Amino acid sequence: MQHARRTHSFGFIREFVTRWDALALIVVLGLVALLAEASRGLLAPLSQLDATPLSLGPTHLPQYAARTTLRMFAAMCLSLLFALSYATWAAKSPRAAKILIPLLDILQSVPILGFISISVVFFMSLVPGRVLGAEFAAIFAIFTSQAWNMAFSFYQSLRTVPTELAEAASSFHLSPWMRFWQLEVPFGLPALIWNMMMSMSGGWFFVVAAESISVGHTSVALPGIGSYIALAIQQRNLHAIGWAIATMALVILAYDQLLFRPLIAWVDRFRVEQEPGAEPAPSWVLTMMRRSRLINALTAMFYTTLRWTSWALPGGADKRLLGTAQRAQRSRRRDAWWLTLLLVMVALALRKLAQTLFTQTLFTQTHWAQLREVVTLGLFTMARVVVLIALASLLWVPIGVWVGLRPRATQLVQPVAQFLAAFPANLLFPLAVYAIVAGQLNPDIWLSPLMILGTQWYILFNVIAGAAAMPAELRRAAQNLHVGGWLWWRRVALPGVMPYYVTGAITASGGSWNAAIVAELASWGDTEVRARGLGAYIADATAAGDYQRIVLGIATMCLFVLTINRLFWRPLYYYAERRYRLS
Amino acid sequence: MNTIIDANADAAPLLRVSAIAKSFEKPDGQELLVLEGVNLELAEGQIVGLLGRSGSGKSTLLRLIAGLAEPSRGELNYLGSPVDGPAAGISMVFQSFALFPWLTVYENVALGLEAQRLARAEIRSRTLAAIDLIGLDGFESAYPRELSGGMRQRVGFARALVVHPNILLMDEPFSALDVLTAETLRTDFLDLWSEGRMPIKGVILVTHNIEEAVLMCDRVLVFGSNPGRVLSEIEVSLVQPRDRLDPQFRELVERIYVEMTARATGTPAGTRTEYFPGHGIGSILPQVSSNELSGLLEAVAAAPYNGMADLPKIATDLQMEIDELFPVAETLQMLRFAELEGGDLKLTEHGLAFFDAAQDERKRIFARQLLAYVPLATHIRRVLDERTSHVARKSRFIDELEDFMTEDAAEQTVRAIVGWGRYAEVFAYEDESARFTLENPA
Repeated sequence: MQHARRTHSFGFIREFVTRWDALALIVVLGLVALLAEASRGLLAPLSQLDATPLSLGPTHLPQYAARTTLRMFAAMCLSLLFALSYATWAAKSPRAAKILIPLLDILQSVPILGFISISVVFFMSLVPGRVLGAEFAAIFAIFTSQAWNMAFSFYQSLRTVPTELAEAASSFHLSPWMRFWQLEVPFGLPALIWNMMMSMSGGWFFVVAAESISVGHTSVALPGIGSYIALAIQQRNLHAIGWAIATMALVILAYDQLLFRPLIAWVDRFRVEQEPGAEPAPSWVLTMMRRSRLINALTAMFYTTLRWTSWALPGGADKRLLGTAQRAQRSRRRDAWWLTLLLVMVALALRKLAQTLFTQTLFTQTHWAQLREVVTLGLFTMARVVVLIALASLLWVPIGVWVGLRPRATQLVQPVAQFLAAFPANLLFPLAVYAIVAGQLNPDIWLSPLMILGTQWYILFNVIAGAAAMPAELRRAAQNLHVGGWLWWRRVALPGVMPYYVTGAITASGGSWNAAIVAELASWGDTEVRARGLGAYIADATAAGDYQRIVLGIATMCLFVLTINRLFWRPLYYYAERRYRLS
Repeated sequence: MNTIIDANADAAPLLRVSAIAKSFEKPDGQELLVLEGVNLELAEGQIVGLLGRSGSGKSTLLRLIAGLAEPSRGELNYLGSPVDGPAAGISMVFQSFALFPWLTVYENVALGLEAQRLARAEIRSRTLAAIDLIGLDGFESAYPRELSGGMRQRVGFARALVVHPNILLMDEPFSALDVLTAETLRTDFLDLWSEGRMPIKGVILVTHNIEEAVLMCDRVLVFGSNPGRVLSEIEVSLVQPRDRLDPQFRELVERIYVEMTARATGTPAGTRTEYFPGHGIGSILPQVSSNELSGLLEAVAAAPYNGMADLPKIATDLQMEIDELFPVAETLQMLRFAELEGGDLKLTEHGLAFFDAAQDERKRIFARQLLAYVPLATHIRRVLDERTSHVARKSRFIDELEDFMTEDAAEQTVRAIVGWGRYAEVFAYEDESARFTLENPA
């Protein structure tokens, strides 16, 4: 019983401070200092931003990095809140799910960068004249890049809670609140954390883009790595860009070590499939937290609070699983109301959209021409994405298989691939633009690789994971039958990694569309390099503050992404899952 | 034990189930009956067993009693008041343990008490007492994944007992454990029960293991399928502890075997057995492979059975649970390879011919019996023959089957017929396009 007792009372007396405590203290104090540093100036008036312009001196970078990190963290907390509540709402109310889930699907395919331009005006007006408004806009932009897939993941988890666990919860009279915290959240946590990590990669990309906002006449540069880079580009300062890249790499590394590694190692406890083995990578931070009495005391306090909430809130077993005929009838009536309400909302939205897009004269010649142009541009961008994904696949699939089949190589390469996926590739754009300008290359071709620069790694690390997960017996059987060469690739390797490859390719493709907005129009000082495409169109419209064109561009891109997902990726995904999943 | 029952003879029973029925709505709006006309009374000091195969509605009944689902008709009374949700005083032990993997043994056991908002000290003392009672001391801080199956189920028991229930519901609690562990747990449970050291007053045990039912229960309700209903009620008045080798024990086991195969006999050719309800293509076919069929057939044909086997004996010899044995035996009967009667499985001349034949001849015999006695196979073959393309989609047959059964049952039936049809080479099936054809890839 000693063990159980230790978590209930804090045993400070015997060993007051362990070396893990010392380490924990340093880390905690460091984080507090960072927080204090970064939150200074949030309430300052906007004019202060102009008064203290950014400086390209490398000594300022730690401070900028802290600001960027904090933004990131705030957005992550918001996303988590959103995911938990939105998904729960959708899962508990089938009626709400009818609209919430498709909505999520659409929001997921909206190009976020386009959104910034619209949201920034709104948020600036919320807190007029203060830096806080711009901060909100930046945080919101990051939020939009993270929240959707987290919500999706938690929704899926809620719907797949094992029946027997749910029954156990009911038969032991857990209140809905207790059930949420003791069953549903823990069950969904592993998937949620994994999605959080994936989202984070997208987040870095957007935080860099969102800090230096320029919409029409409104132009804000929040102190941060993103603005630093923007300034460096303006001043054609290659050194500064190098510094920024190095700083960013450090920040991402710190996030990985301090947040995600421990989280991933920790959530392993919440996996329901209970076979031993397949241990996650150990995390020194988690070890520190588990061995430090200080942190143990804090977590014990947290759990006590949680327990207290389930005490304080109204209890009683969840009886919703018992539906009476009367209730069913009432619910049918409500269904009808709900449907009517939805239809009205859709009609209103359609009207508003039409008004925005075709303000003065409906469907005149020019509008048709504009529409045609946008679709053509969309096709250009699509062609780029398709070709790039194909090229990246040709390159990374064989490499990924090769690496994945060698445990030693996997250990070395996998963290690097994941790190590269998390690294905001837009930091590297200036280097590419510099090269294009210097070498007088054709931007229509040479700007394109930028779109996939950051997203190709998803293909690589998924393929590595797939190859590593391939049962050793299958490989030995192939060896035994002397299956080699092209036959081996066709019959063994490619089918084996197929489901993983498709997952990676879907992520890469979605990310590339998003990246198009920054990749198709890039600048270096006064020189502007542009490629023909929908991304450049939206970027142009944003710079000009032309809302009609922004909305048109975003809507078109959204339609493109949705169509491609529905007609191509989703069927391919189900096919791969059904046909090639080894389990 | 008798004295307890006598003392409470006038009192209301712990639980009374009267004329309970449960049905689900099919996609076309029709009702599908899974449980019908079940009556059951649980008095203090009794263990009542619900015995039957999967699909006989016994687990459904247990969930109705637990308040996890609502009956379509009939009444459920616990201590004189109707059950309209998970009742306090009824707790449950699950087949797959249903432990929360993120909670330690201690936390798992304490969960039910925390839900009752008891004081910390009381939660602690009762949790520790339950852990102690069930033999888990020393494992308090372990997570379920660190435990063996037997230890996990002990946690399941402790968790159910800690809330001091009047009735303990057990849903095949030993079926996920290996034979040795299961026996240890059964014995431990019976010891605690007969010593009166558990807070419970009555037990309902769902099982598909006939010996387990006879070993543990005071009364056994034998369930039949489609719809689930009580076939018969058998009193077990042997004294505890019971001996499996005791002739009286064997006799009861034998009797239940006869009871459970009774409906399967005496039905004329072409109609169905207890397990195969509905007429013609409406029969639900069990998931039985051609290997299992020839395996059992060969075992019965060989010594020591020489063509006729006593079911309890062959079940023990082959280490098959009735859930595994009965579907195979009944499929043999459906194909007229064997007859089930009085707890015996006896090969017919077709069965013996199959046994003597070589591989190709076996396929021919199987095809002949399949087309003669399984209407769905005949139907599929006829449709394929009639069409000039000799191709038919699976969904066409699924739709037809769903007039008689649930979606899952229809899927299962088609999977079974695909397996048999492929073995007999009476038709082929392409999974990718979900179509039946007459072509065999050659």
